[in-house]
Amino acid sequence: MSLSKEQKEQKLRELQSFIDLHKNDKGPLMPIMQKAQELFGYLSLETQSVIADALGISVSEVYGVATFYAQFSLEPKGEYVIGVCTGTACYVKGAAAVLEEVEKELGVTKGKTTKDGVFTIQDTRCLGCCGLAPVMMINDDVYGRLVPSDIPGILAKYKA
Amino acid sequence: MYRAHVLVCGGTGCTSSNSLKIIERFEQLIAQNGLNEEIKVVRTGCFGLCERGPIVIVYPEGAFYARIKPEDVDRIVSEHLIKGRIVKDLIYHDKKDGQVHETSLSNIGFYKKQHRVALRNCGVIDPENIDEYIAFDGYKALAKALTEMTREEVIDTIKRSGLRGRGGAGFSTGMKWEFAYKSQADKKYVACNGDEGDPGAFMDRSVLEGDPHAVLEAMAIAGYAVGSDQGYIYVRAEYPIAVKRLQIAIEQARAYGLLGKNIFGTDFSFDIEIRLGAGAFVCGEETALLTSIEGKRGEPRPRPPFPAVKGVFGKPTMLNNVETYANIPQIILKGAEWFASMGTEKSKGTKVFALGGKIVNTGLVEVPMGTTVREIVYDIGGGIPGGKKFKAAQTGGPSGGCIPASHLDTPVDYDSLMAIGSMMGSGGLIVMDEDNCMVDIAKFFLEFTVDESCGKCTPCRVGTRRMLEILERITDGRGEDGDIEKLEELATTIKATALCGLGQTAPNPVLSTLRYFRDEYEAHIYEKRCPAGHCKKLARITIAADKCKGCSLCSKVCPVGAISGQVKSPFVIDQSKCIKCGACIEKCRFGAIEKK
Repeated sequence: MSLSKEQKEQKLRELQSFIDLHKNDKGPLMPIMQKAQELFGYLSLETQSVIADALGISVSEVYGVATFYAQFSLEPKGEYVIGVCTGTACYVKGAAAVLEEVEKELGVTKGKTTKDGVFTIQDTRCLGCCGLAPVMMINDDVYGRLVPSDIPGILAKYKA
Repeated sequence: MYRAHVLVCGGTGCTSSNSLKIIERFEQLIAQNGLNEEIKVVRTGCFGLCERGPIVIVYPEGAFYARIKPEDVDRIVSEHLIKGRIVKDLIYHDKKDGQVHETSLSNIGFYKKQHRVALRNCGVIDPENIDEYIAFDGYKALAKALTEMTREEVIDTIKRSGLRGRGGAGFSTGMKWEFAYKSQADKKYVACNGDEGDPGAFMDRSVLEGDPHAVLEAMAIAGYAVGSDQGYIYVRAEYPIAVKRLQIAIEQARAYGLLGKNIFGTDFSFDIEIRLGAGAFVCGEETALLTSIEGKRGEPRPRPPFPAVKGVFGKPTMLNNVETYANIPQIILKGAEWFASMGTEKSKGTKVFALGGKIVNTGLVEVPMGTTVREIVYDIGGGIPGGKKFKAAQTGGPSGGCIPASHLDTPVDYDSLMAIGSMMGSGGLIVMDEDNCMVDIAKFFLEFTVDESCGKCTPCRVGTRRMLEILERITDGRGEDGDIEKLEELATTIKATALCGLGQTAPNPVLSTLRYFRDEYEAHIYEKRCPAGHCKKLARITIAADKCKGCSLCSKVCPVGAISGQVKSPFVIDQSKCIKCGACIEKCRFGAIEKK
């Protein structure tokens, strides 16, 4: 997802006003970073500098928090983020084979984005719907009780 | 007054399988038939029996419809709601006794042995409507505490109830409250740990989704008792439904004056803020969680000072887990004796478990402490699917251990589980059958802790990685004599020296599988064999002599020349050369080649 100059400036203004609203809260850094990620989809070095300057802290401090938590991404993600749950319940019911099939089908490994920028594969922590194990999410769509042979059909729906 | 209520589960599990579309369809059809005044559709929290979701219950009959699809709704409306005839083929069907239970949940095996305290409102009320919570005695406990009890009496009641922390360690909740109460400071905080990171555990999520007001009410009671006017709820960002319902609940409670200034006309004021976690397991550890609330890297720090003395922003902070809080309002209303009458001598009350893995009824259950593992797995959980054999139940997640078949009759309470090398943990209970390799399971948990180690202390950062490397070697068929001893030595050292609970308990899955399934480790190392047939690199590909026609196709396709033989007589695979690629299996036209 690349933004036009105007879109980017619009989002930066939105971030700035969120910062102004919250910078005097106690412990404001993470809520601001979460907002920034929601706006831009990831935290570029530029965005991190904006946040650091606004809060009067060093960029390294922002970067330290960004790299500590799995939710923060330093790189843009694909249009569809595929999260294969590798929680225990899914694991004992064959999540590893499901993940392998997704990787095989898309030709990239977990944590990576396909060259066309359409799919990003992630192994996620427990999604909490263990009754449906093994589970995979594609953006907000949940697919449960999966077997590897389901995968090509599901992915086909998202391939334009 | 409505003549019928249609309860549809809106928990994460059922929502994932389309329950929102079901609600939409019900509402649409009910409106079309002009029944808006007669029938009410309620989106509730989790009913527990996730395996059979999406679940719909129709009252007054209590008809329990399972695995409903949006297209089934038409028949339920036209038959049941309009003509009063229960749609039998859509009703839950007990796999065990083969019976169709048309009414009364209490007859269903899954619910029979359960006793719901923390989950009492889950699947009963609409969690987004404060009036429904109030109708079920909601905020009555807060009123009682504020207007009829002193702070000391509240703490004394919690102490006498015997309630222990439901997050895993099992520390006395009343004592924790008392420590925070006794701390002197100009400002104190009350916090709620909703960073449910254990893979396979989802009871806190279900409480937050199904009964968020119970947690708010309990936090306000805690605030009154310890002398705090500000609460923080720390929730995983991975739980969007829980976060949304909490936000709604907080706004409603503020609007009703149940949070904010001068609650119930007293001089007690209390408000709550939500903080979102960002995907770090270590933040479930109390000092790490409090650091994360401050917006920093969620690294743990040594204790003392304990949070009750020095917590968020350097002020005394009283932190409890979601499920612990969910018990509080009932204890205040019904009394310490009522709560202490349930459970065992040292573990009072009930415990919620998330059943998962190789079990028929996956879902959420709440049982009195002291219920045996066998009762949970077989009577409530319905046993193992597919006629497979039970191998182990894992509790406590990455910090816990496994319970083998020989210990199935262990009562579930803090101390009994500890004695057999497992732990209560937060309540995930994952069942494994004969197809699961216990070395692989230990490796799975180690991978998790290596990934989630924050890196602050060396034993955890480096030690768990060394353990994982050994486990990888063993499951890859490169295990060496002495590996088991090395694992044990590392485990002991890490347990003794790691900074926080994550590191101190990380070796438990290895130690516990070594204790009960040492033979599996030995088979991997010395015989290069995986008894469960799970570890791929240890699989053997063989040609069945009676099926092989000697066509030689397999030997031609083998990339490493591992297959040899005379045409028209059975071929053989040289195991020392075979790379287990499986190309021969695909080529064989007689199904003579097998991998196991």
